[in-house]
Amino acid sequence: MLDAALTARYSGRRRRNVIATLLAYAATLFGMGWLVLILGALLWKGFGGLSLAVFTEMTPPPGSAGGLLNAIVGSLVLTTLAVVIGTPIGVLAGTYLAEYGRHDRLSRLVRFINDILLSAPSIVIGLFIYEVMVAPMGHFSGYAGGVALAVIVIPVVVRTTEDMLTLVPNSLREAATSIGLPRSLAITRICYRAARAGMVTGVLLAVARISGETAPLLFTSLNNQFWSNNLNGPVSSLPVVIFQFALSPYKDWQALAWTGALIITLAVLTLSISARALVRSGK
Amino acid sequence: MVDVTLPGRITMPSERLARSRVLDRLRLSDTVFHNLTWAAAIGVLLLLSGVIISLISGSLLTFKTFGLSFLTSQSWNPVTDNYGALPAIYGTLVTSSIAMLIAVPVGLMIAFFLTELCPQWLRRPIGIAIELLAGIPSIIYGIWGLFMFAPFLQATLQPFLIKTFHGIPGIGALFAGPPYGIGMLTAGLILAIMVLPFVTSISRDVFEAVPGVLKEAAYGLGCTRWEVVRYVVLPYTRVGVIGGVMLGLGRALGETMAVTFVIGNAHRISASLLAPGTTISATIANEFTEAVGDLYTSALISLGLILFVITFIVLSIARYMLMRIERRIG
Repeated sequence: MLDAALTARYSGRRRRNVIATLLAYAATLFGMGWLVLILGALLWKGFGGLSLAVFTEMTPPPGSAGGLLNAIVGSLVLTTLAVVIGTPIGVLAGTYLAEYGRHDRLSRLVRFINDILLSAPSIVIGLFIYEVMVAPMGHFSGYAGGVALAVIVIPVVVRTTEDMLTLVPNSLREAATSIGLPRSLAITRICYRAARAGMVTGVLLAVARISGETAPLLFTSLNNQFWSNNLNGPVSSLPVVIFQFALSPYKDWQALAWTGALIITLAVLTLSISARALVRSGK
Repeated sequence: MVDVTLPGRITMPSERLARSRVLDRLRLSDTVFHNLTWAAAIGVLLLLSGVIISLISGSLLTFKTFGLSFLTSQSWNPVTDNYGALPAIYGTLVTSSIAMLIAVPVGLMIAFFLTELCPQWLRRPIGIAIELLAGIPSIIYGIWGLFMFAPFLQATLQPFLIKTFHGIPGIGALFAGPPYGIGMLTAGLILAIMVLPFVTSISRDVFEAVPGVLKEAAYGLGCTRWEVVRYVVLPYTRVGVIGGVMLGLGRALGETMAVTFVIGNAHRISASLLAPGTTISATIANEFTEAVGDLYTSALISLGLILFVITFIVLSIARYMLMRIERRIG
């Protein structure tokens, strides 16, 4: 009697375990599946359009051949601008959090606010820059686009800089102080050097993050169908061109959008994989 | 007694001067550097205040014109300059709910697999693949969703749902109407795929932080793997998991490009999940550059303000929860 009841109970528990295990396997396959499907679709649709012309010709009007040169260059310029503006601010703020004010009240607040900025909707950042730069200046500009992206770069760099500096052992700081180095030199010459791999990783991750950002560029740098040396006017960028071309009814524009999507994805994946490799070699 | 230290103390005045000059310079650069880092930290605070202030000042006109009825009105008509945020808010909440309904259980099961079932050598590659999924820019999800996923759903899942639930009161209305391909359900599903890596990687991290003793004790009592996860790991990490879920939710609420491609951009509230709708972010992305007139622009900025307030609350809860679990584990 008792045995039978126990056996029933055991087999019930075992069955539930088997079901849960199978579900876990299924969930993992499901998760992995999307990556395969998306990358597969990108290669299938975008690889055919990958040619030299993509990198050497301007974005075409509908119905004629062309490339993505101005968009690619525009994206590179905007990304560079964002990194140049965002990295120093981010590194300095991260330094304050990790070195000067590790436990003070201001740091706790800044940390919290930084985490909010880190995951704030990027379209809201676009609106913000529109309000403070585009509207007063009266026109869309590459500068505004670069600053909008910098606002996204800053929290990423702050976070990684702080994390990496916190990992630097205190004995290094003490040794530096004991030989008479002032604090600023101890930080810039000793701590930065010890945390360099991690800090570079942070910048790489930030670049990966902004190179596909579209929403903050839609109404800051807008778009430009032609080559532009003028950062004070609208500048073309790869994500915005993809957005415009993909939603257009023209087949050749859509094909270019797929090619652009493939280029962005490959760039982003390369960046995040090399960032990961850097962290591993740093350890 | 001879004071042996005396000769050392006597230094030439010029030498002493040079030395104090160097020290002064170092002291100055030290102060400058300290203040620079402080200013940068304050800058982060100013950035967020700037975002809030600019959004509020931009949306003043809307709230002056419509008052709080802006939040409850369903009309969106640029021709008559009459705007209401309800359809966009509704769409944002519905698509995010669909995303979380799918991503949370699946993400938790993947975390279960990664921490308890997966052979050691496979953990890293799978973990990396999940994180790569998180790194793919949202515009890629958008173009893929529009050209591959939506047509696929239109041909398979949507007709199936319509046929299965046809005539059933309640649920039937959720899946009524023709299968457009694009719509709220498609947007929700794409958001689920995008949020999945966030939920998974945070759940995995907190699962891994559970002390081994606890799990070993449970195994020692004869628990199955599932029981260990369900009754030991999950209760222990609940706060962290909720934090991760909220973080994912914050992501889903604010996601723009992927949704913009597949939502259909229709300013109305439909009972059916298959119908096109809109979200706050999709409305802004679609209409902002074409918005003529101060009121139209202001209405869109007000939408941005609403979105920011919602995500701010969600993200604050997320951070609070994650801070609590960090304190317990750390």
